Amino acid sequence: MELPVISNSASDAGGCSSHSCGSTADQINQIPDEILQKVFNHPCYSEDAHHHFARMHVAVAPACNIQCHYCNRKYDCANESRPGVVSELLTPDQAAKKTLVVASEIPQMSVLGIAGPGDPLANPERTFATFQMLSEHAPDIKLCVSTNGLMLPQSVDEIAKHNIDHVTITINCVDPDVGAKIYPWIFWNNKRIMGREGAAILIEQQQKGLEACIAKGILVKVNSVMIPGVNDEHLKEVSRVVKSKGAFLHNVMPLIAEAEHGTFYGLTGQRSPTQDELQALQDACAGDMNMMRHCRQCRADAVGLLGEDRGSEFTLDKIAEYELDLEGAAARRAEVRDRISAELEEKRNAKAEAPAPKLVALDMSGVAVSTPLRTVKMAVATSGGGLINQHFGHAKEFLIYEASGNGVRFVGHRKTDLYCGGGDTCGDTETTLEQTIKALEGCEVVLCSKIGYEPWGMLEEAGIAPNGEHAMEGIEDAVMAVYAEMAAAGKLVPPLDTPVQSAA
Amino acid sequence: MALEINDLCVNCWACEPLCPNKAIFAASPHFEIDPDKCTECAGDYADAQCAEICPIEGAIVDELGDALNPPGSLTGIPLQLLAEAAGSAAGTAAKT
Repeated sequence: MELPVISNSASDAGGCSSHSCGSTADQINQIPDEILQKVFNHPCYSEDAHHHFARMHVAVAPACNIQCHYCNRKYDCANESRPGVVSELLTPDQAAKKTLVVASEIPQMSVLGIAGPGDPLANPERTFATFQMLSEHAPDIKLCVSTNGLMLPQSVDEIAKHNIDHVTITINCVDPDVGAKIYPWIFWNNKRIMGREGAAILIEQQQKGLEACIAKGILVKVNSVMIPGVNDEHLKEVSRVVKSKGAFLHNVMPLIAEAEHGTFYGLTGQRSPTQDELQALQDACAGDMNMMRHCRQCRADAVGLLGEDRGSEFTLDKIAEYELDLEGAAARRAEVRDRISAELEEKRNAKAEAPAPKLVALDMSGVAVSTPLRTVKMAVATSGGGLINQHFGHAKEFLIYEASGNGVRFVGHRKTDLYCGGGDTCGDTETTLEQTIKALEGCEVVLCSKIGYEPWGMLEEAGIAPNGEHAMEGIEDAVMAVYAEMAAAGKLVPPLDTPVQSAA
Repeated sequence: MALEINDLCVNCWACEPLCPNKAIFAASPHFEIDPDKCTECAGDYADAQCAEICPIEGAIVDELGDALNPPGSLTGIPLQLLAEAAGSAAGTAAKT
């Protein structure tokens, strides 16, 4: 019996070390060609691109016009890595200069986004002044903006003027009753409007804004925060609605809520979704929507390749002193862009010419084939190249693969350090290892090049089998080999909720 | 008759462009309101614009020192939880 590898594209190491980040075969391919042309070098939208091109956010937009229950405007911490958090507010002049400096130093820079820390469209003068300077001095850099949508309908003409072809709207609901549980107030027509009434206006504006962007030919991605018990089921409806209106990607992200953030959700004990719940919802939404699984929930001042943040290298002092050579930098970016585009094109052609997906043999001897095999999730530690080549303890993230009777597919990535890198100073009682094991919830096997004695024991205790036997092997082949071993050992016959012993 | 911004302000700029009297200005360590210019929006708006958009409970006060947005009024967080959070934050700060 032979099983296909469902998602099988090769790629080089970058900020994300994935061999395939999953969005290729089953998601991005649904996107029409003219949109693919627009996003091919956008690291946040294109799976291929995020290994090669860098992006940055500039924090020029401090004001916000709504309150979300997962946000606390008082909170700022250099160790935090999550949306809405920044270390330093920039003026438009500083932001433009910083972007030009970064784009000189990192020629892979292709995208500049404004995402906060408030709402960019609640700070229209600062936001559009920044865009104006950049479209003048570095017209090759793509501009994008991320908004809560309240002021989007009024801003669409201005957005189109600045040649911003990518807009992200955070849409957590299309039902005001759900919205009332997420948004305590909005500021609208010179008044603060509380509760359901405010949520209804916000929802109406978001949908109008989405439609207006699509009508102008502006690409729209939709972000949603998954809040268990509040909007988790509802997001399937959101997915249907936004896709029917023309959004090209839907990015479902997990709620980040800890008491120490001081947010409503954090303090009232609203839990975040588990990794399994998130994936299940992403799967459910993927049926009628392009999903985005390599999103890293960046800070509003992140710099570099996705999955890395080089923001600390570019301090205001350094930026102020830096002497720009705009033409030289633009030429270097063009060279890098052409080289990477050619490589990606070559890769795409190779894939198109490939006769069939690569097949991985599964040794089914000794297994009753009539019984359907259950699905198994495995975590992989890799530093790139599509190989199992990273020590367990060095992995900053794990790639999650799902093996089943149909083959193996990439389903997402999981960070080990989550969003806090502060260690002891943040008062977290969990050790890094405990956090890592929690992040691997739902996985039955972890594949790595090597693993220490202590984590080995703790993983086993958590019901996750450590496996270092496939070091330096290709990920998909190794995952299928382990799956075959499990099948041969009779571990795949009983459904998940039945204890293995009872079937033995 | 004038409002005042206190040290709870997080310098988010939301109020500054809304003031009909241009009484609000960026200052260190936080934004301030020029008391000679502030009219509490009388004659312009039904409610003081700075207090209508300010996201921080307690940051804008009247001449008596009373908060226009008292604790819990904007976030909906129960007062007891706010007090507990303030207590544990103070404890963490004392340790470091």
